[in-house]
Amino acid sequence: MNQSTINSIESGPRQPSVLRRNLLEFWYYFSESKTAVVGLAYLVGIILMAIFADFIAPHDPTIQYRDCLEQAPSWGGDKCNFLFGTDYAGRDMLSRIIYGTRLSLVAGGMVVILCLSIGIVFGVIAGYFRGWVDTIIMRIMDTILSVPGLLMALVLVAILGPGLLNAMIAISITYLPYFVRLTRASYITENTKEYVVASKVSGAGKFRIMFITILPNCMAPLIVQATLSFSTAILDTAALGFLGMGAQPPTPEWGTLIAENRDLMLSAPWTVTFPGLAILLAVLAINLMGDGLRDALDPKMKRS
Amino acid sequence: MFSFVIRRVALLVPIFFGVTLISFGFIRMLPGDPVAALAGERDMTPERHAEMMARLGLDKPAWEQYFDYVWKLLHGDFGTSVLTNRPVLDEFMELFPATLELGMAAMLLAIIIGLPIGIFAAVKRGTFYDQGLMGLSLVGYSMPIFWWGLLLIILFGGIWGLTPVSGRISFLFDVETVTGFLLIDSLLSGEEGAFASAVSHMILPTIVLGTIPLAIIARQTRSAMLEVLSEDYVRTARAKGLSPLRVYGLHALRNAMITVITVIGLQVGTLMAGAILTETIFSWPGIGKWIIFSVFSRDYYAVQGGLVLIAMMIMSVNLVVDILYGLINPRILHTSS
Repeated sequence: MNQSTINSIESGPRQPSVLRRNLLEFWYYFSESKTAVVGLAYLVGIILMAIFADFIAPHDPTIQYRDCLEQAPSWGGDKCNFLFGTDYAGRDMLSRIIYGTRLSLVAGGMVVILCLSIGIVFGVIAGYFRGWVDTIIMRIMDTILSVPGLLMALVLVAILGPGLLNAMIAISITYLPYFVRLTRASYITENTKEYVVASKVSGAGKFRIMFITILPNCMAPLIVQATLSFSTAILDTAALGFLGMGAQPPTPEWGTLIAENRDLMLSAPWTVTFPGLAILLAVLAINLMGDGLRDALDPKMKRS
Repeated sequence: MFSFVIRRVALLVPIFFGVTLISFGFIRMLPGDPVAALAGERDMTPERHAEMMARLGLDKPAWEQYFDYVWKLLHGDFGTSVLTNRPVLDEFMELFPATLELGMAAMLLAIIIGLPIGIFAAVKRGTFYDQGLMGLSLVGYSMPIFWWGLLLIILFGGIWGLTPVSGRISFLFDVETVTGFLLIDSLLSGEEGAFASAVSHMILPTIVLGTIPLAIIARQTRSAMLEVLSEDYVRTARAKGLSPLRVYGLHALRNAMITVITVIGLQVGTLMAGAILTETIFSWPGIGKWIIFSVFSRDYYAVQGGLVLIAMMIMSVNLVVDILYGLINPRILHTSS
């Protein structure tokens, strides 16, 4: 078999239907878990909310209604109708939380994209070359792992300076080892299989073997890891915001919202309760979805 | 066994150098003038600046500075806090018992509740109890613990007024430090009510710090038990007519524990990260609060020293866990050699 026949098999007319069948099969297993579907639905809901925040939010998140400071949640009254109440400066909590969704999802998404792209490259390089390249990469990853994530992120933010973008970069670095290890491990497992040998024999180049032949078969655990990291990234971004090292006030990031209203938590508990609830629900929904994904993508679970 | 331990310890050497490189680089990568950052002074005269450069060793080449730094670390010199002018190691050791006490209490809570939940859910697989308990533990796992802490403060401290919400003990008591563990020291002091005060101060932080480990232990115990329950020897034990307690408690749990112990060991890092948030919320005078305070007050030697000490602590715990794992599961000794 020469190169052109392989190409024609890989990119032939059968491919869309295979993809379609795989997706259908995946959905069949995924939708078996009702909780996973609920998680997915909630996630889609908040993604839409984040995109259309300008239309959904009842108020501008930065406008201070000076007549309605620390207004308790109320509706249907003559004035100061705020479903989730207002904060110390009279800003509408609901609108701030809706806009906060945007920041948290973007932060979580950015972390996952950074980790996936950099992690896969390093993982594949370590798995392909082995030897000293592998050793150096993996020892660096071990080092990052030996410091608790939040502490590492704090130290990195101290270097980079506080802010949402820097918090995202710092969190990505602390998650990177998981992606590198996972990619490397499944790469090494796949590397010895027959289809890889076949592709080597037929003269496929280094990069083709690394990224086109092997990588797609390593994706399942990476997708699960990406989902779980998405939720922990939202948590850690909020934690850094809460500690004052992430998004800075008056940015309506969820963790920052809790921090800036912390002094009011006893007199105006809604200012702290609702943002935290938003974090919890978003993280929970993504984790539910992640559990379903793992069950659907893990062939070992399918059989049982 | 011996060679296994040696190999495992040898693995720590590159990580140790990695961590020291990070902590060494940390100070050098800080924005601004390192001398100003480290000396904590502003608007220095050029002479004073040069003097500080020499005293901090910043005028030497980087590699020499690094080896000086590692040399000092190996001799127990973790730098001096700019703020208090005391050795970082002394400060760390003074505050560490508070974190350790809280961490152990949280871990104990997580194990005492998490383990039975996991076993029960596995045994009742697929039932309402299983789904309910696993749903709850997923909520625990997804919890932003800084918010959870504030919520408990609002409820228990604010609305119901049941527990104190900050510090380790009421200011009314002046307990002498013997072990550093207030629960023990307050008992030793013999002061009436001191122990009760220390316990009541611990309740909320313990719950907050223990929540995520609890959820993880419950989930992992369940899946470890499920795996073991489908093994042949468990079916044989059942077929022999052994009591459920014997089957689950003796045959299944002992084998499931191999996974669970590793999971418990790996929680140390989670606990340390959690301690940063928990101690900040409850003004708990431990390592976590100290690190945050040092970051904010730009006491970079303290941050640097704390980073290395915490990393070394976690590395040693992981080492112990790995060795324990090798002891209870001899298979690992042979597969890895």
